[in-house]
Amino acid sequence: MTDPIVELLLATADDDFVLGYRDSEWTGVAPMLEEDVAMSSISQDELGHARVLYELALQTMGQDPTDSRRLDALAYARPLDCYRCCRLVERHRGDWAFTIARRYLYETADDVRTEALAQSSLQPLANVIAKIRREERYHLLHLDVWFDRLASSDESRPRLLAALENVWPDALGFWESTCGEDDLIRSGVTAESSAALGERWLAEATSRFASLGIEPPQSAARTGGRQGERSPEFHELWAEATEVYRQDPDASW
Amino acid sequence: MQAGNRRRHAPDSPQLFPLEDDVNTPSTTTTTETAGEKAVWAALQEVDDPEIPGLSVVDLGIIRSVRSDASGIKVEVMPTFTGCPALETIRCDIVERLSHLAQSVEVRFTFEETWTSDRISERGREQLRLGGTAPPPRDGLIQLVQKSKCPYCGSHATHTENAFGPTLCRAIHYCDDCRQPFEAFKAL
Repeated sequence: MTDPIVELLLATADDDFVLGYRDSEWTGVAPMLEEDVAMSSISQDELGHARVLYELALQTMGQDPTDSRRLDALAYARPLDCYRCCRLVERHRGDWAFTIARRYLYETADDVRTEALAQSSLQPLANVIAKIRREERYHLLHLDVWFDRLASSDESRPRLLAALENVWPDALGFWESTCGEDDLIRSGVTAESSAALGERWLAEATSRFASLGIEPPQSAARTGGRQGERSPEFHELWAEATEVYRQDPDASW
Repeated sequence: MQAGNRRRHAPDSPQLFPLEDDVNTPSTTTTTETAGEKAVWAALQEVDDPEIPGLSVVDLGIIRSVRSDASGIKVEVMPTFTGCPALETIRCDIVERLSHLAQSVEVRFTFEETWTSDRISERGREQLRLGGTAPPPRDGLIQLVQKSKCPYCGSHATHTENAFGPTLCRAIHYCDDCRQPFEAFKAL
């Protein structure tokens, strides 16, 4: 089994990397120009967050975090069952309602996760998370506006509700624990279990939904992502995201 | 930090409105600097942020520390945004500018201390404004809609068009008086 710290770092970094890649697909084709810029900017942030977390993972594995080849290899060249992202981020971007529903659920979940990691006994992680959380503040505010907006019109509300129903098992799957989580709690690397954080997130989400007259869906969690089970959607995304890299891993680009 | 950083408004182009509230210059860590380190700070004052020409990395407040001794120069840099694509360019620009001062120049990016927009110096805020970018709000509050003063006509009748802009650190604002879109540096 790999180091539980590496498992945690990869889970967090892979989530940001994959969703950052996914939502960057909106660049140029978002519903309006302003959103084109916003979604591109948010995606770029996520890729930046993934990068610093991958650097920390390299450091934890005793490798040089400033070696860009190693960094690329970690992001692009792992066997597919060694990725640790949740299924939520792998899903196709869908329509705008799906994109907003998924990202709203992701941003709020990531906020609860990083709030706990900001207290980490692993100081370099706590430092990076403090920075990330300031940037994420913009994402949260922006997504909350969109969530509200889509919940409020006759055309968009049913589509948002259908998207929530569709993505809900994967949103709950975000909280699947990473390998060796008990060790991380004992050593204070993370303050609380994924299950406890997931409960807190669910309570917050339920209360926000209630303010918009939305009942949370009842479906159960779909897990497996944190253990390396990859969906066909991930295979597709990975093949596309790594296409240039695989042609020449040593190329400078 | 150089004395020049304390400089208030430059007597500049009259169509640009001066900042109204340039108090509370952010303090910089004051340690005993060697002559070599003073020379490094002075040289860094000539290295601009690649995305904001005219704004030096010193005035942007991203230089955390400078060490200069027989082994060479070490510069610690705090990134503005984690995903800033200009980091590698900043590293190269710094190394190039300092290369005549030492055999070895090492630039290290660090998150040990968090860069915030409050670290932009008075001169930095002025440079932003001269370039048509409103400086970040003084309260440092992160919110989607930020209050800014039009860098062209000085009006406060402005609004936020988009909290996200052409670079991670900038937002799009609009002046309802002179009807000019402009950029604003985001609070972070």
